[in-house]
Amino acid sequence: MAEQSRAEIQFHNIDRQREADRLGMLVFLASEIMLFGGVFLAAFSLRMLSPDEYVSASSHMKLWHGTANTAILLASSMLAALAVEMASSSNPKWAGRCLWSAVGLGIVFLGVKAHEYYLDYLDGKLPGAANAHFSSEFEQLFSNFYFTATGLHALHVTGGLALLSTAALRRSARHDCHAILIGNAALYWHLVDIVWIFLYPTIYLAGASA
Amino acid sequence: MSAGVKRLLVVGLGLQVLLAATVAASFLPLGPFKPWVGYGIAVAKAVLVLWFFMEMRKEGGLVRLATVAAFAWLAIMFALTASDYLSRSWIAAYADV
Repeated sequence: MAEQSRAEIQFHNIDRQREADRLGMLVFLASEIMLFGGVFLAAFSLRMLSPDEYVSASSHMKLWHGTANTAILLASSMLAALAVEMASSSNPKWAGRCLWSAVGLGIVFLGVKAHEYYLDYLDGKLPGAANAHFSSEFEQLFSNFYFTATGLHALHVTGGLALLSTAALRRSARHDCHAILIGNAALYWHLVDIVWIFLYPTIYLAGASA
Repeated sequence: MSAGVKRLLVVGLGLQVLLAATVAASFLPLGPFKPWVGYGIAVAKAVLVLWFFMEMRKEGGLVRLATVAAFAWLAIMFALTASDYLSRSWIAAYADV
């Protein structure tokens, strides 16, 4: 049955606690959006400086790795949302299963990303590597942006996986019908998903048919 | 299966369909509209995630405002930066006169 239905001592009731927790998480996520906003602004500036070179640099990216990772992360986000729904409807067993499935897909995402980085390294697109070679200074700038953006995102995926795993491991979280911990971990995971939703056209789709 | 679970599964499927649409659109000869289509579909996906997965549809005004605020500041940052880059050619044009 549902547990943790009583609010922490500093809150009048559980609804107020839930709203305060979510509001705090969303304000934190707003700061994350501003952090990634700077990264997107760099891409925006590069594209406005030289649209043709941007499209050409993007055409070297691994479109199908990016597409697979988008599908994986969207599915993982759905599983995190399902975990919240399951916990809220007092179904802790399925809440745990959904969370672990979301974590599993997150690990697959990192695996695909690592393989993509390896192929980029073999192609000589890793800035600073001994075999690095770029056709122009702009292509190197784009590559710098690509590794900064996806590297920062991968760090956030790792953080999100830690949060989701913590929520999945805690019995009290799975049995909380207000889904406070699971809900906040899921919010973070959805933000990681939204950032990738915008990185996908920025990095991969721009040069898809070039 | 509850209505809530069904809703999330349908939204999840919708997101995958939008992904397929955006990949297909990127191979079409859309010319200057290509980024608009790519980012338009990205916005649609983000709105679905925010509304259904992040449960904005259930939230009150304060929580929605906290969410929208981040995007509002982001829009200001992009608008001011674009005003610089997009107007540089105007100044160059006057400099030649």
